[in-house]
Amino acid sequence: MAKKVFTKPKYLKDAVFHYCPGCGHSIIHRLLAEIFEELDIRDRVICVPPAGCAVLAYNYLDVDMGEAPHGRGPALATGIKRVLPDRIVFSYQGDGDIAAIGTAETIHAANRGENITVIFVNNGVYGMTGGQMAPTTITGQSSTTTPGGRNVQRDGSPLDLSQMLAITNGTKYIERTAVNSPKRIKDTKKAITKAFRVQMEGLGFSLIEILSPCPTNWKMTPVEALKWVENDMTKFFPIKVIKDEVGKI
Amino acid sequence: MSEKKLMSGSHVIAEAAVRAGCRFYAGYPITPQNELTEYSAAAMVRTPGGTFIQAESEIAAINMVIGASMAGARAMTSSSSPGISLKQEGISFAAAMELPLLVVNTMRGGPGLGNIAPAQGDYFQATRGGGHGDYRTIVIGPASGQELADLTRKAFDYADHYLTPVMIIGDGMIGQMMEPVEFPDPIDIKKLPTKPWILDGAKGRPSRLIRSLILDIALEEAHNWKLVKKYETISREITSWEEYQTDDARLVVVAYGTAARIAKGAVRKARERGMKVGLIRPITLWPFPSRVLHEMTGRIKEFLVFEMSTGQMLEDVRLAIEGRANVHFYGRPGGVISTPEEIAGEIQGLYQSRQLDGE
Repeated sequence: MAKKVFTKPKYLKDAVFHYCPGCGHSIIHRLLAEIFEELDIRDRVICVPPAGCAVLAYNYLDVDMGEAPHGRGPALATGIKRVLPDRIVFSYQGDGDIAAIGTAETIHAANRGENITVIFVNNGVYGMTGGQMAPTTITGQSSTTTPGGRNVQRDGSPLDLSQMLAITNGTKYIERTAVNSPKRIKDTKKAITKAFRVQMEGLGFSLIEILSPCPTNWKMTPVEALKWVENDMTKFFPIKVIKDEVGKI
Repeated sequence: MSEKKLMSGSHVIAEAAVRAGCRFYAGYPITPQNELTEYSAAAMVRTPGGTFIQAESEIAAINMVIGASMAGARAMTSSSSPGISLKQEGISFAAAMELPLLVVNTMRGGPGLGNIAPAQGDYFQATRGGGHGDYRTIVIGPASGQELADLTRKAFDYADHYLTPVMIIGDGMIGQMMEPVEFPDPIDIKKLPTKPWILDGAKGRPSRLIRSLILDIALEEAHNWKLVKKYETISREITSWEEYQTDDARLVVVAYGTAARIAKGAVRKARERGMKVGLIRPITLWPFPSRVLHEMTGRIKEFLVFEMSTGQMLEDVRLAIEGRANVHFYGRPGGVISTPEEIAGEIQGLYQSRQLDGE
């Protein structure tokens, strides 16, 4: 008898991912779809996708979606959540979206303690536009706008937004994870699940930063990209619980 | 039961909004419209289901309003000229996503930071879309406290009915002037038509998507034409204006908002002096009452456009008249408030130079 070893999650649509081979978005989408099912929240979820590669998340996730202008996800999610406080509202954002053009919206939504969740996918580059420097591009990392590598004197240092957010009172749970190994993927799922639970309990702002490979723009093979996450990115963005005022939930 | 109250224009808009069922206000401080924000703060607190957020920026405010609109609420923001520039990205998105919402612009002198005095320099920005892309917003230019009350309600109705952002433009004069106003009774928001497109979680239905990204060029073109069709319907259905003493007029002044009130005083003075002068006051600035002006050219050959700007609505008047009559202009930009006497002088000079006092 054949044993079923793989099933498409119920709330992942029947669409082929447009993401590049080795990209982390498709893994994260899958995790989200699994979590919607496991927490039985699909009928209450509203997702705010960003500008960037993940804008097309609505092709894959079978939940209500309201697209935000670049960087404005947390403001838009604030509007939805305040009108419908019993729904589960989350924004899905890239590093440029959340930590450059949308910094103000992110910090203030966090500081107000908006009871929303942010999925922050950190791949260190502007992916959709072709691999320009992001606020999270690590020192020395080459991008199309940092030829020869990010130079701290010229380009500034990588910005640790999650750490910044942790000092605001409104944030209750912030964790940095990665999707570069089965263990880390499992940890990421646990973290996202907890973040949604924080919101469901009405406790306040939760954010999961996920280090995610972008082999295309990093000019690496998918396997090299997974190693780069492990060996290079984590030096600047260590995997850890950054803030947890919630504990067991 | 309606009640008459003496209130400033900014307060009138905020009160009328709550009575129109608005339950979400987000804004950012900027003069000369802070009274609207402050009144909304208090009004939303005492209104069940009401939300007020002082946003971190104009940009955040409009996006909060977009979110609230997606979730089905009647929602608004307000600001003044420089702040409205910042909101334009969001207004473009709302137009593209066909989201109902209200934006109030209490215009001030500009460009740049300018000053806080009454001006009408944002007409182009308001009526041409303002943000990027091929779209229009409904633009309303009230000229009295009572109109602010009535048109704020209409603005929300238009927004919901046509699924489009609506803008009310005024200035610090109309915003701060106290006038007696009779408010319509508050709407029971439960009786508003249901919105079958909102995002409230896909319970018992397929998931929904509200987006403006349309990568397929054929679909984006189709979306553009769909919007155009809607704009044509709006133009047919809601274009409005006031005609004052135009029946026997030989010269017609065209002005809106605060400028129209000044112009009306000037027309009265001119009439007292025996000149046959009338006034056309566009109430909707987009859609613009082009047809009434065009049709008037059969009997009126001289028009005087008066604006508190260097001449913006002037272009719409010229487009309407299509060279069939002479269009003159008098403008005072930068926050200068003309007197009726000043405009009456302009009328008189024109009346004489065009020899309109003959048979």
